[in-house]
Amino acid sequence: MKRAARWVTWIAVVTVLAVGVVAWLVWPSAPDVRAQEQMITVLDGPGDDQRVTLDASFFPPAGGGRAPAVLLAHGFGGSKQSVRDAAVRLAQDGYAVLTWSARGFGRSSGQIALNSPDYEVKDVRQLVDWVAKRPEVRLDAAGDPRVGIAGGSYGGAIALMAAAHDPRIDAIVPQITWYDLADALFPDATGQGPQNGVFKRMWAGLFFSRGGPAPAALGPGQGDGEGEERPLTAEEVRCGRFLPEICDMYQQVAQSGRATASAVETLRRSSPISVPGKIRIPTLLLQGQRDSLFPLGHADANAKAVAATGAPVQVAWFDGGHDGGNGEVDWLHEKTLGWFDRHLKEIGDAAQAGGAFTVTRDGGRDPGTRRPLQLHATADGYPGLSGSGQTSVPLSGPDQPVANPPGGSPSSISAVPGFGGLAGGSGVNLSLDMAGQSATFDSSPLTAPLQVTGSSTVRVRVTLEPVPDARTGSGEAKSTAGEVTLFAKLYDVAGATQAPVLPEGLVAPLRITTGADGSGEATVTLPAVDHRFDVGHRLRVAFTTTDLGYSTPAAPAVYRVALASPAVTVPTHAALRTPSTNPAWWIWALPLASLVVATVLLLAGRRRTTDEHDPELASVPLRISGLTKAYRNGERAVDDLSFTVEHGQVLGLLGPNGAGKTTTLRMLMGLIRPDGGEIRIFGHRVVPGAPVLSRLGSFVEGPGFLPHLNGRENLELYWKATGRPAEDAGFAEALEIAGLGKALDRAVRTYSQGMRQRLAIAQAMLGLPDLLVLDEPTNGLDPPQIREMREVLIRYAEQGRTVIVSSHLLSEVEQTCSRAVVMHRGRLVTAGTVSELLASRTPVNGSGTRLEDVFLDLIGNTT
Amino acid sequence: MSDSNAALTVPAGLSRNGSARGYAPGRTLPLAVEIVRQFKRRRTLVMFGLLLALPWILVIAFKVGAGSAPPGTSLRISDLAVEGGLNFAAFALSVSASFLLVIAVALFCGDSVASEASWSSLRYLLASPIPRDRLLRQKLVVAMGYSAAAVVCLPVMALLAGTLAFGWNDVRVPGTGETIAALDVLPRFGVVIGYALVSQFVVAALAFLLSVSTDSPLGAVGGAVGLVIVSNILQAVEALGSLREFLPTFWNNAWLDALAPQPSYEGMLKGVAVAVTYSAILVAFAFRRFRSKDVVS
Repeated sequence: MKRAARWVTWIAVVTVLAVGVVAWLVWPSAPDVRAQEQMITVLDGPGDDQRVTLDASFFPPAGGGRAPAVLLAHGFGGSKQSVRDAAVRLAQDGYAVLTWSARGFGRSSGQIALNSPDYEVKDVRQLVDWVAKRPEVRLDAAGDPRVGIAGGSYGGAIALMAAAHDPRIDAIVPQITWYDLADALFPDATGQGPQNGVFKRMWAGLFFSRGGPAPAALGPGQGDGEGEERPLTAEEVRCGRFLPEICDMYQQVAQSGRATASAVETLRRSSPISVPGKIRIPTLLLQGQRDSLFPLGHADANAKAVAATGAPVQVAWFDGGHDGGNGEVDWLHEKTLGWFDRHLKEIGDAAQAGGAFTVTRDGGRDPGTRRPLQLHATADGYPGLSGSGQTSVPLSGPDQPVANPPGGSPSSISAVPGFGGLAGGSGVNLSLDMAGQSATFDSSPLTAPLQVTGSSTVRVRVTLEPVPDARTGSGEAKSTAGEVTLFAKLYDVAGATQAPVLPEGLVAPLRITTGADGSGEATVTLPAVDHRFDVGHRLRVAFTTTDLGYSTPAAPAVYRVALASPAVTVPTHAALRTPSTNPAWWIWALPLASLVVATVLLLAGRRRTTDEHDPELASVPLRISGLTKAYRNGERAVDDLSFTVEHGQVLGLLGPNGAGKTTTLRMLMGLIRPDGGEIRIFGHRVVPGAPVLSRLGSFVEGPGFLPHLNGRENLELYWKATGRPAEDAGFAEALEIAGLGKALDRAVRTYSQGMRQRLAIAQAMLGLPDLLVLDEPTNGLDPPQIREMREVLIRYAEQGRTVIVSSHLLSEVEQTCSRAVVMHRGRLVTAGTVSELLASRTPVNGSGTRLEDVFLDLIGNTT
Repeated sequence: MSDSNAALTVPAGLSRNGSARGYAPGRTLPLAVEIVRQFKRRRTLVMFGLLLALPWILVIAFKVGAGSAPPGTSLRISDLAVEGGLNFAAFALSVSASFLLVIAVALFCGDSVASEASWSSLRYLLASPIPRDRLLRQKLVVAMGYSAAAVVCLPVMALLAGTLAFGWNDVRVPGTGETIAALDVLPRFGVVIGYALVSQFVVAALAFLLSVSTDSPLGAVGGAVGLVIVSNILQAVEALGSLREFLPTFWNNAWLDALAPQPSYEGMLKGVAVAVTYSAILVAFAFRRFRSKDVVS
């Protein structure tokens, strides 16, 4: 039965494994998508007369048939290769995907015109024409494919611009992109537009350098056979692959740090701000919270512009952006796919599409992987940056003088453009305010947590302080053209011991023109963030005179900064709810289930052990009847063995090696279970742990001691383990039998075989058991000790106790035992008194009968 | 030997279950006896010696290595160890929890029954007789007790050594560098030690099951350590996704959450759930197996 159970277990395990492997093999893997490389020639320019070759890849939909198309645009400085993975994923999800390197990037020809309607937008329109001719693409009408555009940054802007200029486009998903490029590069938190803005010089420089000259050697296939290296021309190093007018504009503004009207006009031609009311298709805006280049305000403006036309708009602020962060690639893919499924494939119900506004929030760390977790809070309505509600938090702080250092150096740091990855996502705070350059206004510690979602506003007053002119040494107030450049920040201050946290590393630059009295006032829109201020934390509004990422006046100056009204207005959007994290039901269910399983395992395995007592045998020390035990291979170690041992006997259990003596004794001790038959000691049936075993003393198959303890400790601890009273042990007698002398106090591991043997026999005799079983007791003893042992055993039996000695030494049995049981191959061969056994064999010669001869006769091994 | 004759007299009075006078199954193998039997082993003493010495070795290492890197520049747990006793104890726990403590627990539990089998003393205990369930229960309690002592003594000694060496300072949180008052952290530190103990339950239970199944103590210890290694390797396979949450070692570092400025206990709860789940079933199997086992060692 046990064997059958084991088989069932194994079959179950193998079945589960087999099912697992088959499922793994059969599980549908993502379909294979192959790109078709294409060179698509387009005509663009103001006169539609400039021929440009665009390097494109077309990914047919994995499902076959006619599918909606998606144009996937890359970011600035990238190429069609940068969006290849995203394209493959979309194609696997059943879209015909076209990626291309925009003009001036990758292996496409032409010059960068910054998503100009005359250039890049015309290119995209012709790509839509191309897509419309593909047999894999679903058409709304002849020449009008069902098509969406997605892309990040530069690619997001082309999605918006193309949507404004091409009515055939059905849905767009622009990511981390701009609404007004002029405002992105010349922001002003007082709302006076880019011409008053502060130049974002580091980002602008990085942005323009990524459109720099193509590397000299790009390998074979680059260009039209002019792959050989040649020095770059002066124009190339100056302008790279930019269109000359863009290049000139940049050089001019970067030098002056101020936006000219024409520069603003040029930049706005490339911006959705120039096409109000023309984007009338479903738009999903994914904007990064860690983005000092295109902050959340740009998505906000885009959302408002599209929503004004009545087209569906959703906004998501995710953990990413140009300054790094997690990026949430998989989640962005899901959102994008969901949007296109809804508006291109027209599948999926609106309910599961999520709310109009989603914000990624910090979900702590995954306790297992130690990675940051993101939670997605959603709301049905998008409230804009001013929130659905406002809270005014009082601030306090005196008028504070702040200095603008000469040359603008050293500068405070909020974020380091282009090195967002350094911050490693969340946690590390790069922000640093230089001493003497910063004015701060703190709230009192919050009594309730405050979740800010959007742009807070604060009204500030600045006054120019007269500064002695270093060159003239006069005390006359220095003229700084009546302008004050400041950077406003909203800090989260936890306490005195912790550095204040600048959420997302964002600052709001502002420029205030002072009046004749040298002072000016403005309402400052602080950076848009989603940030939770915990209880006990303070809000701190800080104004610094410098920031690493911006160009600041070189002339030294001192301003006095004060709050015009002593409060900051913070936007909140209480409707944003994090979907309740599925309460990990298994935290409770799993242990409970396992406890139930464990209980069942324990109870099911319990054998009912009723104490079967046969009163008639109460005075019979041992009766074995029909005892059988088979090895695993079925061979019987003990086969139908029966014999009885009476009071006061010294019984010899005889047999050659392998006769089954030891197996019998092990069953006698309750160590192994018989397959058949039973053993009764004083009428009590022997089962593992049967209480009657306490009347059995045993020494079977060698001694078993704890080698690190000495002999005395071994005996004492053994006796204590039986739980019986110490006075019943008879230590003195036992130790005398052991005869170890001083060796008793040595660790057992130092003992000789004979010493261990004697100690083990002494242990068997502890408590003077009524039945003493000794297996080969004289092994390792010297002749005098053997004789003594013999006497001890005989005396032991004389007192009404019973001794069983198992041995293959015939002389031993002959001299010690009154009766003998002879076993061979598990069976009882004969049993009787030793004298009977001797008498049963007639002497062969004059030497007399020895038990040895009887024994050899009995086991049929005559010589 | 020959004079012992007079003392050999039959004890009178047998109980109804046929046991000898004074024998009661519930009194066999008292915990104190098992504790003494295990305590004097070289293995036990060496392991405790190592666990108690390790914090001092670390202290010396930090003192010797001091000055090679300017303090306060990095926020890794290893660099923050010299900030104070609590930081040091957290560091000592973090470097030892994944392996040293696993070995200690696997040793105490895996060796428990298997070593008796290898010394042949198991059969005499069982024949004395100690009921099998009772023997296993007492052994399990003592092995878990030693394991708990091992898991507790390391951080406590580290706390003592770190406090003496680096002072009693507030805790700086690794990663963010925030500071938490020492007295606020102390009870949480107790939670951390408790969790470190519970997270070793799976190792303990598996080692115990193997200990019951084999006569080789090394096999039992090695098997349990092997499981931890395999589980750690599987944990690195991100493709397994959330299945990894049910790996026995997945939550072993969740105690770091308790030392964050805003302690979070969900990971630790999950870890406890997983540990209890595995260990309950493994221990049940151990009992079941030992009950019906033929002891042939």
